[in-house]
Amino acid sequence: MSPYEAILLTIITASTPLLLAAIGELVVERSGVLNLGIEGMMVMGAVCGFAAAHVTGSAWLGVLAATFAGIATSLLFGLLTQTLITNQVATGLAITLLGLGLSGLIGSGFVGLPGVKLANVSIPWLSDLPYVGRLIFGQDPLVYISIVLTVGVAYVLNNTRVGLIIRAVGQNHHSAHALGYRVVAVRYACIAFGGATSGLAGAYLSLVYTPQWIENMTAGRGWIALALVVFSTWLPERLAAGAYLFGGVWILGLYAQGMGIGIPSQLLSALPYIATILALVIISTNRRLSVINTPASLGQGFVPDR
Amino acid sequence: MQLILEKRAQASGLMNLLSPVLAILLTVIMGGLIFAAMGKPPLTALYLYFIDPLTSWWSIEEVLVKAGPLILIGVGLAVCFKANVWNIGAEGQFTAGALMGAIIPVLWGEWQSPFALVAMLFLGALGGALFAFIPAWLKTRFGVNEILTSLMLVYIAQLLLDWMVRGPWNDPHGYNFPKSASFEGWHLLPMWGDGRMHLGLVVSLVAALVLFWVMRHTLKGFEVNVVGSAPRAGAFAGFSQTKMVWFCFALSGGLAGLAGLIEVAGPVGQLQPNISPNYGFTAIIVAFLGRLNPIGVIFAGLLLAISYIGGEGVQIELGISDKTTQVFQGMLLFFILMCDTLILYRLKWISTQSSQQAIGDPS
Repeated sequence: MSPYEAILLTIITASTPLLLAAIGELVVERSGVLNLGIEGMMVMGAVCGFAAAHVTGSAWLGVLAATFAGIATSLLFGLLTQTLITNQVATGLAITLLGLGLSGLIGSGFVGLPGVKLANVSIPWLSDLPYVGRLIFGQDPLVYISIVLTVGVAYVLNNTRVGLIIRAVGQNHHSAHALGYRVVAVRYACIAFGGATSGLAGAYLSLVYTPQWIENMTAGRGWIALALVVFSTWLPERLAAGAYLFGGVWILGLYAQGMGIGIPSQLLSALPYIATILALVIISTNRRLSVINTPASLGQGFVPDR
Repeated sequence: MQLILEKRAQASGLMNLLSPVLAILLTVIMGGLIFAAMGKPPLTALYLYFIDPLTSWWSIEEVLVKAGPLILIGVGLAVCFKANVWNIGAEGQFTAGALMGAIIPVLWGEWQSPFALVAMLFLGALGGALFAFIPAWLKTRFGVNEILTSLMLVYIAQLLLDWMVRGPWNDPHGYNFPKSASFEGWHLLPMWGDGRMHLGLVVSLVAALVLFWVMRHTLKGFEVNVVGSAPRAGAFAGFSQTKMVWFCFALSGGLAGLAGLIEVAGPVGQLQPNISPNYGFTAIIVAFLGRLNPIGVIFAGLLLAISYIGGEGVQIELGISDKTTQVFQGMLLFFILMCDTLILYRLKWISTQSSQQAIGDPS
């Protein structure tokens, strides 16, 4: 494998969990809900995915368990913010804190145990093509799922009735309600979708990226995914570009550390976080981009008048 | 029959006080269930968790030592959240304060005088405030969401501390362990009791009382309340949202920084990569549990301090992972938010028939 192939491969591996978590949150935010609990849902997905895969020996059952763990955690968020109209910022934080604690508790018996790695796709002949074979036809299945999800979300949001309803609910929930759409139900569904993709993102970490359970292994990726959604100005295609850009920054740091150039490793480890702040500044300076696309009802609770 | 939320005509003052009690009760019940699910005797575990820390002077001291930073950070965050400013990076400001205050013991180790300690306290608060100015500036200058920036800065601060104690500030006589030289003499806070109690708790209590007074009896306190609960009304009254962001970050960052310095000049006694058991994040829970009221924060800080000591207790006695502490803390925030719904809404059973009538009725 040539070095450029290796670098591209690792960039895709680093980007996929970000893309998975962010594409779900994009839908959630388009429906007018701000779920800051990605980190918590993701880490729950990571630990449940690892545990299920370790116990059953099947990585796919791990992926399934992670998805359900993400959905279950997100529904807790839904229960509070949609049914009990709690503050979404505070509730998201609660989900993150609870998720980090609960995952640590569940995972305390799994630290240091060997994991099950989700096997890469291998298509006869195609995967062996020079240069592009491994890159295009030999990734792990979740990479393809993340791409299909991104394209699917872009299509559904822009071209279908369902997408129109989601956007209507996110832009003005009172009007959407007056038109007869069930605002709370739509939002519940979107929140669950966000939970599922965050769970998948967690599974990616504990079943592909480093097939083992390490406490707090999400390392702020959930928050970076949140920043990516803002950075993308809520557009799926831009989100994908942003995710790969961030994966690139992440890998750049790792490679620079490996080469042992005279920069402190801590500075290189801090790169993704610094890049996140810079990206947020860049996008926020462009008021036109950031304001026009922001869902107007973002973060506001909705109580139907009775 | 269907359960619905009905908006109260007025926020319920009673529920405002009852809600934390209910939340604690729910946390205890859920905690018992979790212990039972793990095959541990739930009542013994709960006793060890919540009561046992209060039965010996040694552990009470430990609770007070842990409550200090929680209260100090928590009161700052309470004011912040009241004003609807979301600083969730107190953990980073805590670290920044510890680093800035440690300049004196690390670089001017020979300067031994009470003024050195005063200067350290000042630098600690300054370091935290300056670090908090980054999200404040990004928010007011570019409109960047302060939640994400303040959180990203937590990771950056921790990596900075890690680099400092392994690199430039590494103890030359420390056999390459990642730590700075131990602080000595006037670079440590006055200690008493069995050698763990220190001045920090007093500082925290004073800060809480002062902020209680400020919030209740001064124009600034009124401004925080108005800007937080009715930003438009605040704007008409001439209160500047921008200045409020700066004020909140300066205050909460400064207090978090002070707490960081107190931690390294007190119980820790040097710089090392881990100086905080998540104080900055737990303080968020403290602020909410304390009803965003400085006096309430004191009680909440004590309770969450117990959760740390109790967590260690069950780990030692029953061999349960110390992660239970974080689970309890997370559950507590979760339930408190849930119960807070009852402040603005009341639960009401309605029959399905009447709800259908209500839908059919255009009014």
